[in-house]
Amino acid sequence: MSETELDARGMLCPIPVIRTQDTVATLQAGDVLKVYCSDPGVVHDIPAWCRINGHKVISIDEGDEEILVIVEVGAD
Amino acid sequence: MNTSTEKKLRKAVALVSGGLDSLLAAKAIQDMGVHVEGINFFTGFCVEGHTHAIRKKDRARPKRNNALWVAEQLNMKLHIIDVSEPYKDVVINPKHGYGANLNPCLDCKGFMVQKAYEWMQEHDFDFLITGEVMGQRPMSQRKETMPVVSRESGAGDLLLRPLCAKLLPETKPEREGWVNREELLDYSGRNRKPQMALAAHYGFEDYAQPAGGCCFLTDANYSSKLADLWQARGEKTYEIDDIVMLKVGRHLRPRPHFKLIIAREEGETNFLKGYRKRYISLNTISHTGPIALVDGELNEEDLDLAARLVARFSSGRDAGSVSVRVLQKDGASSTLDIIPMPPSDIPQDWYV
Repeated sequence: MSETELDARGMLCPIPVIRTQDTVATLQAGDVLKVYCSDPGVVHDIPAWCRINGHKVISIDEGDEEILVIVEVGAD
Repeated sequence: MNTSTEKKLRKAVALVSGGLDSLLAAKAIQDMGVHVEGINFFTGFCVEGHTHAIRKKDRARPKRNNALWVAEQLNMKLHIIDVSEPYKDVVINPKHGYGANLNPCLDCKGFMVQKAYEWMQEHDFDFLITGEVMGQRPMSQRKETMPVVSRESGAGDLLLRPLCAKLLPETKPEREGWVNREELLDYSGRNRKPQMALAAHYGFEDYAQPAGGCCFLTDANYSSKLADLWQARGEKTYEIDDIVMLKVGRHLRPRPHFKLIIAREEGETNFLKGYRKRYISLNTISHTGPIALVDGELNEEDLDLAARLVARFSSGRDAGSVSVRVLQKDGASSTLDIIPMPPSDIPQDWYV
């Protein structure tokens, strides 16, 4: 199982969701993706995208200027 | 070996804007036993998200991507596709022209159906559906233009419009019995009561309200800023940063060769600060005030004018002198002491 990082800082939704989607497509079930963002919209959008596509949000860490969303890739 | 009595599960891809019509269209087809997945296109002009994420006053609003919300309601996968690069040609060279503003609705619909059709073929789906209603939109959803979209997109009779299918010629999914034409709908016109009644029937509440559409290009103010950008550049081109910038701040063009993008509030100031390595920026340092980015090249006289304009929007607008910091893209900075420009000296036509 691998751990991958995605820098989506400075991007506005839905671009962080699209980048997450496209990166997840290259990973295997059980792999972990750490998404670094700045748009507060990701707090809603990435979990919603994960729910409908069978992935799991492990944690969301909201800092003052940065948000870290950690996703575990599900089996499709 | 499959027996002929075994019915193949048909698969449809639904164009999902996040509005009520695409929700209902996908639901109607799901209810006929078809496997439906959604597709949503990011053009760069989508109203969703951007400005809500930027403006501080909007941050308290619940943020929701409506296309994702629709997919969740339908327990359906959603594929969000970034088409912002190829979409430029639709905006810049629309074969069928623009609507009331810089909205190339008919070309846009044809483009999106074409992209969805390509996706359908690549992913081995059987047909595609949209939430179009005949007569609902003046350009793209008229009886005369609906066949144009089917034809020019290449989708032909694999494009099914469940909400008004009974008003249109039979499509392949109907002929082949993949869906039941009798259960399809015959909605037309701008009256949305039938859709609202159907939503109530299905138990959908809290769906996105349709007013204003989902595209900035239908907005007169936005279109006027885009037209100004093209005129100033002498050609119809744009990058994604340009079109995001048109959604932010107050735009003033005091000279043909430069304009100022002045933040209107703290959220926009914070957002524009992220662009200080790509644009010359100005901000008042003797008084509180917004950041302003310069789009264009300035000579010394222009710089003084820009500083006076920025000071006008600071708390020092009535002061005898205001200090303005000018930050170059490479980080070099200088300070100008200027007299803020009185509002009466700012011609209305400087406001883009």
